[in-house]
Amino acid sequence: MKALRNYLDKIKPDFEHGGKYEKLWSFFDGFETFLFVPNSTSGRKGVQIHDSVDSKRVMSIVVLALIPALLVGMYNVGYQHFLAIGESADFFSTFFYGFLAVLPKIIVSYAVGLGIEFAIAQVKHHEIQEGFLVSGMLIPMIVPVDTPLWMIAVATAFAVIFAKEIFGGTGMNIFNVALITRAFLFFAYPSKMSGDSVFIRTESMFGFGGGQPVEGFSGATPLSYAAAGKDLVGITGEPISWWDSFLGLIPGSIGETSTLAILIGALILLATGVASWRIMLSVFAGGAIMAQIVYMAGGSTLDMGYQITLGGFAFAAVFMATDPVTGCRTNIGKYIYGFLIGVIAIIIRVFNLGYPEGAMLAVLLMNIFAPLIDFYVVDANIKRRLKRANA
Amino acid sequence: MTNVVKLKKGLDINLKGKPQEKCLEPLQSDTYVMIPDNFHGVIPKVIVKAGDKVLAGTPLMFDKNHPEVKFVSPFSGEVVSVDRGERRKVLGIVIKKDVQNGCVDFGKKNVSSMSAEEVKALMLESGVWPFIKQRPYDVIADPAVAPRDIFVTGFDSAPLAPSIDYVAKGEEANIQTALDALCKLTQGKVYVGLRQDSSLKLKNVECVTIEGPHPAGNAGIQAHNIKPVNKGQTIWTLSIFDLIIIGRLFNNGSVDFSRIVAVTGSEIQTPCYVKAYPGAKLSDLIGSNIVKSDYKQRFISGNVLTGESVGNDGRINFYHNQITVIPDGSDEHEFVGWALPGLAKYSTTRTYLTWLFGGNKQYTIDARLRGGKRALIVSGQFEEVFPMDIYPEFLYKATLAFEIDKMENLGIYEVAPEDFALCEFVDVSKTELQKVMRQGLDALLKEMN
Repeated sequence: MKALRNYLDKIKPDFEHGGKYEKLWSFFDGFETFLFVPNSTSGRKGVQIHDSVDSKRVMSIVVLALIPALLVGMYNVGYQHFLAIGESADFFSTFFYGFLAVLPKIIVSYAVGLGIEFAIAQVKHHEIQEGFLVSGMLIPMIVPVDTPLWMIAVATAFAVIFAKEIFGGTGMNIFNVALITRAFLFFAYPSKMSGDSVFIRTESMFGFGGGQPVEGFSGATPLSYAAAGKDLVGITGEPISWWDSFLGLIPGSIGETSTLAILIGALILLATGVASWRIMLSVFAGGAIMAQIVYMAGGSTLDMGYQITLGGFAFAAVFMATDPVTGCRTNIGKYIYGFLIGVIAIIIRVFNLGYPEGAMLAVLLMNIFAPLIDFYVVDANIKRRLKRANA
Repeated sequence: MTNVVKLKKGLDINLKGKPQEKCLEPLQSDTYVMIPDNFHGVIPKVIVKAGDKVLAGTPLMFDKNHPEVKFVSPFSGEVVSVDRGERRKVLGIVIKKDVQNGCVDFGKKNVSSMSAEEVKALMLESGVWPFIKQRPYDVIADPAVAPRDIFVTGFDSAPLAPSIDYVAKGEEANIQTALDALCKLTQGKVYVGLRQDSSLKLKNVECVTIEGPHPAGNAGIQAHNIKPVNKGQTIWTLSIFDLIIIGRLFNNGSVDFSRIVAVTGSEIQTPCYVKAYPGAKLSDLIGSNIVKSDYKQRFISGNVLTGESVGNDGRINFYHNQITVIPDGSDEHEFVGWALPGLAKYSTTRTYLTWLFGGNKQYTIDARLRGGKRALIVSGQFEEVFPMDIYPEFLYKATLAFEIDKMENLGIYEVAPEDFALCEFVDVSKTELQKVMRQGLDALLKEMN
């Protein structure tokens, strides 16, 4: 490590102002702080010691929490693939196919997003902000497996520039960046984001796998069956049980299918205290209550068990709604914010037949209202304090 | 029975280097320095020059905005120099102490027979007035404004803070005299916030038991939870450590600014107490009582949350009862520290695995920021360590933007920068909250007067 440190110290002047690689300063700085914890110390006045946690640590915990859902998602991509082409494959090949299918999406998302971040950090001459470490991992997980790479690239660029950087970068954005990517894809290229043909990949990946779909194959997701009022069936027509939807062996966006894996991620986020349990709990509560009301009133064939495990609901509750930047920042506001996300997600699902899934739109909608909710929570505090003064 | 305030929010950082209950005789400094910057908001007008002989209690300077507030020499000796910096700013008044211990005679007083005006005049004249701070703005109290109430913090809850029970030993009479004097200065009450196990028995004042972690010892926190300050009201706040000095004035008829200072921190061999005068050199207070090291050490006047890094040859602040020495950390390069499990790293979040093994371990924390500065990302962090009915993040943002209406509504008049110290410690985004709050309060004071 000492040699590496010495080498960095040696080349550092080249990247600083006036050096020959001055234009790559942000890149060097990002790389250096990635390798070594910055050794800058507290100022002369004020707090002299600091908590060990920093934004890099927080972001990397979120990425870590996403890994179980990603791995199961990869396996499921392979599983659905071999199911669709009617071949049996061992565990390793199944996972390997999914890995090959998903990896390019991760690479494209990170390359495009981080590329823009580096460029903007250089122009504004500030440090690389690590917010995109999370967004870049979320984006490939919330798209169908057959979404073309160029679309992901375009949507990612759009989201990073227009949803984040024009507002001032990480911490300043109003909307969840990953969800803006998905919304952009959803409205710009609807045929590649929903329907029957995008959730299962039947072609080969780099010469691996591939084949003709079996007879009776349908790539529709369970939620689209539910929206059409039909029974839930898998891609080859076999019925889907609640356990299938909980474990995640059903068609759907890459990382969203396995509620179990998502809950493992939730456990990591809650144990480390990175995500707000208030938001997470109230999204599930809002969704469950609304789903049960709708079910009992006959509005939907799915009870709350299915509504929560199917589609992107659990993923949105655990990873999207809990984004601290775009959510409510007061503790009371968090309950309201989360509850309404759960309620609205189910309402969109059940009552708007055009959109089988409502979690994305619910989170984006509540992103807009988060500051308003906070405003009223803080206003109540102000009124209470004024009352105290007049008493 | 006395009132009890139970605080749940807050944080006690378990640092290594708590002072043991023994008092050492420190080295005598050649010179002592009165630093005007110790008195926030004061515009100093120096009235001595090099070569002048001074006694304990001889005025050295006064505040241009409040000429009646005098700042006096803590002992007898000779003014060596008046150091000035850019634009003739006074950096310090250097005094060489002599051995005669001469002092200005203010006359022994019986507080109970004095009027409020007499008490005030004596305190202003003798240089103990600056111990009284006021809310709003957290500056030296304006003598022209009568306070609604006076709040005395009866203990220090900061990391490694000196114990009042130890420091106050033998000074109980002085504390009581000072409290009696304060009672004269307000129509309201004098509140003293004490720990439950405090051995101090105080009369004529309202004692309140404060339970809970730091910042339970902060004046703002105590006042907020006992009787909050509203817009248009003024309260005065003092530390019980300073009452000792105020009480001596009335009981002895002369000033004695010597204090028992806690020498603390993980870099001190035997953390303990020493007797010191304000403006003493840190290295003289520490002497050889320091861990030999080949790395950089940080010398702090005050505690690790609100203190100032002044260096080995720096001077102890007029108000401080504590000095802290910790590793600096600027010569440390930690490889991919953010990615490691982190078994020994202190964090209030559970993002490092320390919390699984921590227990009652005492931590050595160096002065590194441990991360880059960012916009505020994580929410709900500040509230956990801010035991007031105030939204610290929203107040901070209003202060940053200097929106006066919002600042007032959100509680700017109740807070001091020190109340934000723990927020600054836990902040993931490494924001300088205390600095922003200080600037905001200063700007507001200017705007309102």
